[in-house]
Amino acid sequence: MRRIISVLLENEPGALSRVVGLFSQRNYNIETLTVAPTEDETLSRLTVTTTGSDKVIEQITKQLNKLIEVVKLVDLTEGAHIERELMLVKLKATGSQRAEIKRTVDIFRGQIVDVTSTVYTVQLAGDTDKLNAFIQAVGASGVLEVVRSGVSGIARGEKVLSL
Amino acid sequence: MELLSGADMLIRSLQDEGIEYIYGYPGGAALHIYDALFRQDKVKHILVRHEQAAVHMADGYARASGKPGTVLVTSGPGATNTITGIATAFMDSIPMVVLCGQVASTLIGEDAFQETDMIGVSRPVVKHNLSVRHPEEIPEIIRKAYYIATTGRPGPVVVDIPKDMTTPNERYEYVFPKKVKLRSYNPAIRGHAGQMKKAVDMLLAARRPIIYAGGGVVLGKASGQLTELAHKLGYPVTNTLMGIGGFPATDKQSLGWLGMHGTYESNMAMHHSDLILAVGARFDDRVTNATEKFCPGARIVHIDIDPASISKTIDADVPIVGPVDAVLKEMLSLLAESHQKPDADALAAWWKQIDDWRAFHGMRYETSDTYIKPQEVIEAIWRITNGDAYVTSDVGQHQMFAAQYYRFDKPNRWINSGGLGTMGFGLPAAMGVKLSYPEHEVVCFTGEGSIQMNIQELSTCKQYNLPVKIVNLNNQALGMVKQWQDMNYESRHSQSYMESLPDFVRLAEAYGHVGIRIDRKEDLEPKLKEAFAMKDSLVFLDIYVDPHEHVYPMQVARGSMKDMWLSKTERV
Repeated sequence: MRRIISVLLENEPGALSRVVGLFSQRNYNIETLTVAPTEDETLSRLTVTTTGSDKVIEQITKQLNKLIEVVKLVDLTEGAHIERELMLVKLKATGSQRAEIKRTVDIFRGQIVDVTSTVYTVQLAGDTDKLNAFIQAVGASGVLEVVRSGVSGIARGEKVLSL
Repeated sequence: MELLSGADMLIRSLQDEGIEYIYGYPGGAALHIYDALFRQDKVKHILVRHEQAAVHMADGYARASGKPGTVLVTSGPGATNTITGIATAFMDSIPMVVLCGQVASTLIGEDAFQETDMIGVSRPVVKHNLSVRHPEEIPEIIRKAYYIATTGRPGPVVVDIPKDMTTPNERYEYVFPKKVKLRSYNPAIRGHAGQMKKAVDMLLAARRPIIYAGGGVVLGKASGQLTELAHKLGYPVTNTLMGIGGFPATDKQSLGWLGMHGTYESNMAMHHSDLILAVGARFDDRVTNATEKFCPGARIVHIDIDPASISKTIDADVPIVGPVDAVLKEMLSLLAESHQKPDADALAAWWKQIDDWRAFHGMRYETSDTYIKPQEVIEAIWRITNGDAYVTSDVGQHQMFAAQYYRFDKPNRWINSGGLGTMGFGLPAAMGVKLSYPEHEVVCFTGEGSIQMNIQELSTCKQYNLPVKIVNLNNQALGMVKQWQDMNYESRHSQSYMESLPDFVRLAEAYGHVGIRIDRKEDLEPKLKEAFAMKDSLVFLDIYVDPHEHVYPMQVARGSMKDMWLSKTERV
């Protein structure tokens, strides 16, 4: 099953490599990984999406917790949560395609952030399924380049992951 | 205010940490540190002949004393040579700090001479590693390193020290922190009250209980509590290879150890139990055999300091995270308060069954008129040393025989590489023990394969006068490999035989020690006695044993715990 694990990590050199190393060393999957400093500059927030049986996921969270630099973590998929991913897509856009793409972008509530006579660059945020659906809607043949940020997530309601 | 260079701060921190011995080998990036070491006499340095041996020495010392070992090496090859030793300590949760020199911080990343990314290389086999970025941090980093290495589930910690952090003419204020606090590291200090209560109730309700005690009992200094609990309940106890000595082997409640080469009665009792109390053990594959066939009727209470060890391979019904000594102590008081008693009839029937298993097999081997049997060598040494020696072992058949036939009544006496299975571990580990326990008998059981992996340390033994007894069970083959080839590869002995073995007696003599060869059965006992009477000499006993011997019992691959070979021809 797919899980989103959110980790507060000491913002120190080498800390990220320990997390990544743990996944490869123990044969766990990483589907996406995002990491950036938080409002507290001593901490980074890392979000990893992974798949595995309940037993594997339990081991992943336990093994992550064992890393000295991991301060706290939560499996967001255990409760109600919001997940977002940012995507930038370069699309072939000529002739009648231009209006069609524009309409599709509007439907998906994306934005065209750069334009040339033959290319649109579209920015789109949403959960993974939405981004996949957009690619499908515009048709893979028109896609020149895709950049995805990987998933970021946060719990709904009053729950917070902080010190 | 005291101003010290980084190198002096490092050595001073070791003094303040109470470190008596460090084991190591100098080199370019560590020379400032070695100079600081020279200018004091509190911390003593033991110069090995290969860095791997320094780590095993520190490891042997740590296993015998329960205190952390310390290693000092240079960058590059000095550091990478420690990796096998570090991995050995990591697998067996041994507290240790490995101090590595590093090229100057200004050179890192430039492929400088003797540069290796030791933080990266060691990462998968350490509990943690730390890099010095400013000389002033050294005292705190050292304090942190020992704190992390020794608390929670212990393990090795590497400290990487670039050469410019130890420059002699740059001095800083020295303050050794009394305490360290890490917001992200808080090992459990006691178990969960509700879980412990549940565990005690389950223990009392069990009809076919067994206590399965691992290395955590030895490391967690909990053998007293474990023995008390076992005696109060009257339940059988089986130890893992790492847990040997955690419960007295000669106690009538001891079933010996379990798993691949464990006793018949241990494996049978595990398989047929209805309740397993696992204490500081991790359901390793060498214990469980096929996990899907593991102990079908048993409910499991699992106590461990490391939550990740619980339900990793075998699901626990009642997990208890905490230090084993504290948890067992708490369970003992819950037991004292409880009005319930174990079902005496059920327990009597269970013991009757266990005694039948013992009678059916127990520990036995066939003796021979022509060959010296490796098992009888171990038994003879057990008698000669009154079962009270510190015993280290290398890896292979001799290791299994030593664990089976030397009966340990005390913890910290059986010292072997259980998790990683590192050949070459035995001799340096014995040296580390002997250095700290000079009055005690220290025996290293080895084979002609393993001993040659660190035989250069005979030279270190001479330099520091370490009169250990090396017992080389010489079967002129890599015995365990050969056994597997006999059993699984129709006796095709691919690369398991070493031609041109050295004359170990003359080799020992060349290093300045005593060598004794034993190849006749009638010489065994008298020559062993002669060797063990030489208290001040290192004696290398080269004993020619039956080259065809196999280790039994042996679990049948992919079977359950009860599926075993009991000899070359009997399978149950």
